[in-house]
Amino acid sequence: MSPTLHDEIREVVKEYPEPRSAIIPALRLAQERHGGWLPDEAFRQVAEALDVTPAYCVSIASFYDMFHTEPVGRHLVEVCTNVSCAVSGAQRVVEAFERELGVHAGETTEDGNVTLRTVECLGGCGWATVVAVDNRHHLRVQAGDVGGIVKELGE
Amino acid sequence: MSSAPEIVFAGTDGGALTELAAYEAVGGLTALRRAREMTPAQIVAELEASQLRGRGGAFFPTGRKWSFLPKPEQNPRPHYLVVNADESEPGTFKDREIMLRVPFRFLEGCLVAARAIESTRVFVYIRGEYLREFEVLVSALEQLRARNLLGDVTIVLHRGAGAYICGEETALLESLEGERGQPRTKPPFPAIAGLYASPTAVNNVESITTVTPIIEMGGAEYAKLGVEDSTGTRVFSLSGNVVRPGNYELPHGYPLRDLIYEVGGGIADGRTLKAVIPGGSSTPILTASEAEKVTLDFDSLSQAGTAIGSAAVIVLDDRCCMVQLGVRVSQFYEHESCGKCTPCRVGTRWLTQILKKIEAGHGTHADLDLLLDVGDHVNGTCLCPLGDSDAIAVASYVAKFREEFLQHIEDGGCPFHGTSSLDGIVAPTDVHEAHAGGAEIHRPLEVVG
Repeated sequence: MSPTLHDEIREVVKEYPEPRSAIIPALRLAQERHGGWLPDEAFRQVAEALDVTPAYCVSIASFYDMFHTEPVGRHLVEVCTNVSCAVSGAQRVVEAFERELGVHAGETTEDGNVTLRTVECLGGCGWATVVAVDNRHHLRVQAGDVGGIVKELGE
Repeated sequence: MSSAPEIVFAGTDGGALTELAAYEAVGGLTALRRAREMTPAQIVAELEASQLRGRGGAFFPTGRKWSFLPKPEQNPRPHYLVVNADESEPGTFKDREIMLRVPFRFLEGCLVAARAIESTRVFVYIRGEYLREFEVLVSALEQLRARNLLGDVTIVLHRGAGAYICGEETALLESLEGERGQPRTKPPFPAIAGLYASPTAVNNVESITTVTPIIEMGGAEYAKLGVEDSTGTRVFSLSGNVVRPGNYELPHGYPLRDLIYEVGGGIADGRTLKAVIPGGSSTPILTASEAEKVTLDFDSLSQAGTAIGSAAVIVLDDRCCMVQLGVRVSQFYEHESCGKCTPCRVGTRWLTQILKKIEAGHGTHADLDLLLDVGDHVNGTCLCPLGDSDAIAVASYVAKFREEFLQHIEDGGCPFHGTSSLDGIVAPTDVHEAHAGGAEIHRPLEVVG
């Protein structure tokens, strides 16, 4: 039998002197179990496991860019548009994704497969443009590479 | 290419040392063995002799920082070592490569540093976006544990979740305690009351990794590298419009010109150099002629009115519109402002709005004055330097490229007419505003077919 979310969180808590320190890993585990975002149910579960209120969990999740409080696609495509990527052609990469996926940055495809968004510096400035696909970084991406990346994401 | 000695990346031969046996084959774990025969005070003394200064951006002497922690008999609470692996300053990507290529040198440094401050609990706060780096560290830590090399020290690898502000040490500690990552008032400094109000040393990944070779070679020997006030080597992150961007380990004092033209292969696409941001996006910009003269060390860059910061060198060619650069940089700080201090929360947004107005051709001379005035009211008025960074960076663009700002105002538009390398860039803040029903930023989608 696979462990419940509650069990997994209680396991992570053991790494820390104080349970509340585990809130980021706990929210991450909950997000993974809820299709990449945090519905109310997820906040209730995390709150229960850490003995804090659901509102407290929401206040933490809303602070960090990697937590999603609204539904996202099955895949998340994030294009860095900070200075070094920007001067190396990031905007053309963003536009290529927009064309391939038929959505604007910040939107999810109609079939719920892919969410596209622009993000701040991903820490790959010398390998511009950096594109994170489900947190895996593709480096030196050019507009011409976008079709292949989208194809791998399937339907 | 330079023939400079590699200290941080020694023994890698351009590759990665991710297996413990391979690391030991190039002399790895020597420092750990030596440190375990030294007293904590002796380790701190070696660090002070090395004159190592923090590689995260503040350049504070590492040994001195450790010496501020009370002894366990003075304060019986647990002592903590917290490693700041939340690298997020735009332009900076060195700590990531260090963790990927020399994870054991980094973890060995953690163990030595923990001994120096008499700590048995180490937390590595690694930015959430660095998933592969986290996995490499998990594997390396497991290998050390399997060989019983950790002694009585517990190392916890803690992933963040995407917030630039958590690179500020007190915000990082708040985040690690399970709070929103907002900076604390200082004092007390972390050395006195840091994680869980206990004595805490917070050090950057590159600083901690450099501890290992310092114990291997001795502090005095390390101090012979580099230049006065900036000893040792530095991993420079070179990015932007150069032929060969990447991380390069070079001694402090290396000429910026040589980094760009020799190591970096010069300006890409046959363009000409316009400006250089020398130490991450929060440092003041240098014009091309200023960039010709400086060397990459604390003193030279301070004298040039800027800073070595995180040693992230962003090269900009003649296609870069300085007003657009201001918009893009200011949007970043606006997005990342934690909202705790009013001058930063309001000021970063205000700076962006004024810059956008100037870029759109609706700015007046009064707006340019207002831009600098708003910056002056942000600078130095907050708990942490995030807002300052925006104000200082933008003010430097105006100071160095005033004519270009005036041209936008007097011509009623951008003199680049859509040809700037930053033209039309969709920043996250733009997307937020569009979703909140604000300014329409999107170009209509073209139907291809």
